[in-house]
Amino acid sequence: MKLFWKTGEPYVLATGAALAIILVMSLTLIGTVMTNGLGYFWPRELVQFELKDGSKALGQITQQEKNPLSGEQRLQLKVGNRDVFGQDFRWIDEKEITARSIPADAVLLERREHGNYFGFLQGVTAEGITLTAGTPYEKLIQARTLVSGKMNDTRKIRKQMSDLNYTAENLRLKLQKLEYDGTEKNAAAIAELTAVREKKMAEFTRLNEQMTATLAEIGRITAQMTDVAGGSKDISLTEIVALQRPNSMSFFAKCAAYLERVRELLLDDPRESNTEGGLFPAIFGTVMMVLLMSVFSLPFGVIAAIYLREYARDGLMTRMVRIAVNNLAGVPSIVYGVFGLGFFVYGIGGTVDTLFFPERLPTPTFGTGGILWSSLTLALLTVPVVIVATEESLASIPKGIREGSLALGATKFQTLTKILLPMATPGIMTGLILSMARAAGEVAPLMIVGVVKLAPTLPFDTNFPFFHMDRKFMHLGFHIYDVGFQSPNVEAAKPMVYVTTMLLLAIVVIASSTAIYLRNRMRSKYTTSTF
Amino acid sequence: MAQTQEQTEHAPILSVSNLNLHYGEAHALKNVNLDMIRHQVTAFIGPSGCGKSTLLRCFNRMNDLVESARIDGSIRFNGEEVNDSATDVISLRRRIGMVFQQSNPFPKSIYENIVYGLRISGVNDKTILDEAVERSLKNAAIWNEVKDRLNDSALGLSGGQAQRICIARAIAVNPEIILMDEPCSALDPISTLKIEELIEELKSKYTIVIVTHNMQQAARVSDVTAFFYLGELIEAGETRKIFTNPEKKQTEDYITGRFG
Repeated sequence: MKLFWKTGEPYVLATGAALAIILVMSLTLIGTVMTNGLGYFWPRELVQFELKDGSKALGQITQQEKNPLSGEQRLQLKVGNRDVFGQDFRWIDEKEITARSIPADAVLLERREHGNYFGFLQGVTAEGITLTAGTPYEKLIQARTLVSGKMNDTRKIRKQMSDLNYTAENLRLKLQKLEYDGTEKNAAAIAELTAVREKKMAEFTRLNEQMTATLAEIGRITAQMTDVAGGSKDISLTEIVALQRPNSMSFFAKCAAYLERVRELLLDDPRESNTEGGLFPAIFGTVMMVLLMSVFSLPFGVIAAIYLREYARDGLMTRMVRIAVNNLAGVPSIVYGVFGLGFFVYGIGGTVDTLFFPERLPTPTFGTGGILWSSLTLALLTVPVVIVATEESLASIPKGIREGSLALGATKFQTLTKILLPMATPGIMTGLILSMARAAGEVAPLMIVGVVKLAPTLPFDTNFPFFHMDRKFMHLGFHIYDVGFQSPNVEAAKPMVYVTTMLLLAIVVIASSTAIYLRNRMRSKYTTSTF
Repeated sequence: MAQTQEQTEHAPILSVSNLNLHYGEAHALKNVNLDMIRHQVTAFIGPSGCGKSTLLRCFNRMNDLVESARIDGSIRFNGEEVNDSATDVISLRRRIGMVFQQSNPFPKSIYENIVYGLRISGVNDKTILDEAVERSLKNAAIWNEVKDRLNDSALGLSGGQAQRICIARAIAVNPEIILMDEPCSALDPISTLKIEELIEELKSKYTIVIVTHNMQQAARVSDVTAFFYLGELIEAGETRKIFTNPEKKQTEDYITGRFG
């Protein structure tokens, strides 16, 4: 036994155990997120229960557990029809159930509002159109194709309207600017612009009427539904986002439905206070913010590190700066947020507004949170990582290489750009990877410098100058917090939280693996050893 | 006429007088006086820490990189003062090349290693660069070994090859002097032999100053040998004379292996 301790074997075991614990914890975390997130879109069957009191329930089973009071087995059923029953979920004790069945004609309607509707289709009211298909369900599908065509038209009109609105707003601002400049002096220009603006406004009103008419027309096409409790409801087809009969779907149909939901998740806008629909604006916002952050923090950090390592005299001052930089990484991120709000948003942004956008005041342009200020704040937060990584990699280049270059008559700057920086690139990339992962996951500072629950527009569109740095944006990390803890219907939003987490993880993994791939390519190019 | 020719031939290309060097408090070179003659190989020998490498690095002002170094005295290169603050260090280093103890090829292709000195001085003409690569690799006796893989990384070469690439890189910019700081100390005997043969050939075109720990090497390759001890130049003279009949007792002790 003494020998066993003497060999040092227990310490090896301890290190192994520590590693194993970490591994198990990470895998559990990722596994939980994956299983809950990936399963969310699979069309689950609608089960109908008959209960002892004679009532019926239809829904998807979401959980099973022991009732903490009676000790009986109970199950949680997502019954949907929030507008009818008042809530999405209910608990049913197993002993209350007298019969369970899986009705093949049960229909799941995904609605634009009030969540899903589970029920049975009775017929389709179609005014003004004739439906040739046979069964009610086929009629519904046929009507939906017609309606979605019309909906696409209205979407195009809406796009035109928003463009018109944008132009009109710009004209208004131009007018305002001219007026500030002097009404008499610019009278001609003002008259001309006013006329143009009137014309745009008239066009806008016309389009609006056209759209309202189309919507009213297709809004009259409804599906007559009955729910399991016997109530009936007419649901307008414009309200329906997706429909399926999960109980009679084949495996491949389910796969198709699954992929369709994934597409919606990645490419569509959110609905129902973010608990349903897609995540595209949040994905876009996160990626763009991280890229912008890299654009600011990478050059800044690398240049600072070059000065510290190559040019600054190694004295007390340099050492103090180095300690300060290292400690910056440990400042709570919310402090950066507050600093960003005070310095970037109110300080710089406010000044920019008074100097360049006086016509928009009191509505702030840059004087309020936005993607630019968020990226700068996060750049500030991550720049120490880049500085430290760059310094380390510059320091690890052998002295002989520098001397070799200098001895050939190269200046210090030539040595730096032609020899040292290429050799330090893999190390710099490591710093960048770490800072990107950090920035993508950071939420607290963003909440006060530009992230919002729902951004009406993306920070990038087809209107000049394409990138709108002043706009607020959505972010996956904030989305998790918002959907999971701020939404009115937390139980229904739970799967969305898992999906969002999974996506955020995926983005970080994709970004890091790309950077790691690039780094390894460079590493094999620059650091094959001679000895 | 013949006499003036004789004089320029034997005029010192580098001349060191009353040179003192301090590293902070330490007195590393003590009042050194030495002339190096054009197209001759001068070898510096002496035990570790005797200041021979330090002196070598004074010639192309590599000691500028050491903050604590303080130099006084004079080094004249073709009559011009090296230590003058007005001296153009860049052009000085172009005219006085250097090869280091550890071969230090850049992480670039063999081709780019050789043309590095030309490129940084602004030469980008492909024909000139190609010509310089072939000439210097031939002069460094490595052309046949690498001519088919000029675009491969120089980091993949063996130690001896890498050191000859470094020599080729130094001669690509056509220096007048090549300083060699123990160029063979990290090499095997066969590579060492190759480099020594190379030094013999390079002598006709360049002036060479070599620091070496290996006394046989000094005896084999050099025309003049200078023996240093504790920062002082003890004795300098024709190599044959230093190794067979040294004037100073310390020199004799060192070359016969009694210390060092």
